Amino acid sequence: MNAALALRQVACVRGGRSLFSGLNLQLAGGQLLRVAGANGAGKTSLLRLMCGLLSPTEGEVLWRGQPLAAQREQWGRDLVYLGHAAALKDDLSPLDNLLTACLLGGQPAHRAGALQALADAGLRGFERVPARRLSQGQRRRCGLARLVLARSSPLWVLDEPFNALDATATAWLEGLIRAQLLRGGSVVLTSHQGVALDDTPHQVLSL
Amino acid sequence: MNTRVATLSPDSATPQGWLEGFSCVFRRDLRIALRRRTDSLAAVVFFVMVVSLFPLGVGPEPGLLRTMAPGVVWVAALLACTLPLARLFADDLQDGTLEQLLLSSHPLPMLVLGKIAAHWCGSVLLLVLVSPLLALQFDLSASATGVLLLTLLIGSPVLSLVGAIGAALTLGLRGGGVLMSLLTLPLVIPVLIFGAGAVEAHNAGLGVGGHFSLLGALLLLSLFAAPLVTSAALRISME
Repeated sequence: MNAALALRQVACVRGGRSLFSGLNLQLAGGQLLRVAGANGAGKTSLLRLMCGLLSPTEGEVLWRGQPLAAQREQWGRDLVYLGHAAALKDDLSPLDNLLTACLLGGQPAHRAGALQALADAGLRGFERVPARRLSQGQRRRCGLARLVLARSSPLWVLDEPFNALDATATAWLEGLIRAQLLRGGSVVLTSHQGVALDDTPHQVLSL
Repeated sequence: MNTRVATLSPDSATPQGWLEGFSCVFRRDLRIALRRRTDSLAAVVFFVMVVSLFPLGVGPEPGLLRTMAPGVVWVAALLACTLPLARLFADDLQDGTLEQLLLSSHPLPMLVLGKIAAHWCGSVLLLVLVSPLLALQFDLSASATGVLLLTLLIGSPVLSLVGAIGAALTLGLRGGGVLMSLLTLPLVIPVLIFGAGAVEAHNAGLGVGGHFSLLGALLLLSLFAAPLVTSAALRISME
């Protein structure tokens, strides 16, 4: 997995305000990128831009040397993006939510694998209750359970993944991220506070 | 490692891969619609109410009612179909699943088609099936009721497909629902004309083949074009 995300001279203007410009970035396999910055500095915009949800005002975003729009389907398999919201359907159970998310992301999962992933995430006993009954932290865990099944995706883009997590879940997520980096995958995450992953090969981007 | 994964997972470029995305979204949305029956029932109740108001308002003259019936049922169906469409993508936008659809490894038009199909089965199909009962209020003959049911079966998917374009374009706007209706309703006028026209032609003893051919053509055209346009509109709306 020689992931290589590259941003070339990227500029982003949102609502008439320039968030950043002339941004150059290279992210190789096995590397962590932590995006830091104050509220409203454009962390989420940068992440959405890296995923191709937002097109840059100037410059380009390349994945393995190709623009994202030219390889949407492969890109969908290579990328796991977990945004601010946990992307759960309130009426469906965590199990159904997870299976659907994996199938859409091109990482087909078996029931047994999904149940195990939910158990790892600390949701044993909650697999079949509607997601609306979960607490904020549990919703977060349910979204993150997808990472357990996304071992084959070389790039994870996580927006504030440590939000609403308790100490156990934080340690679990750090373990997942470490394993991803050791496999040669890359991780991009935003975080207000420094994370315990600073001993891994990483870059910090301050907006 | 990557190549191994690529061979294991179904290739999205094959029809089978396309169908997988379609059926995944279709089953998910249909299951949600079944758990939230009030939303779909609201459209049906609205449809029944509007259609039932006409005989009460116009008075019990069988001849007049029989002439009005196709038009009234079709206009009411049109309004009842666009009512729940405003929420087609709004819920997905709110809970973040729409972003996951856009980033899916499956072609977005197929996923959009799955959503539209689930919406049609979940809330529009019931409305279409209720229409023969309403035709009784207008003293329509059995064969005319049959023609009405068929026109609604062929025409209502067009309403959903075209409505999806409007829903995607107005996604996230304040007062998007009204704007969506203003955008969509003019586009579906041909469906209304040929749908209601078929029943009127049948009542007048004329052939209805031409009307059905045109409705079918409209269905095919929107089936092909609407998912593509909706996908493009969604990508723009999400920026």
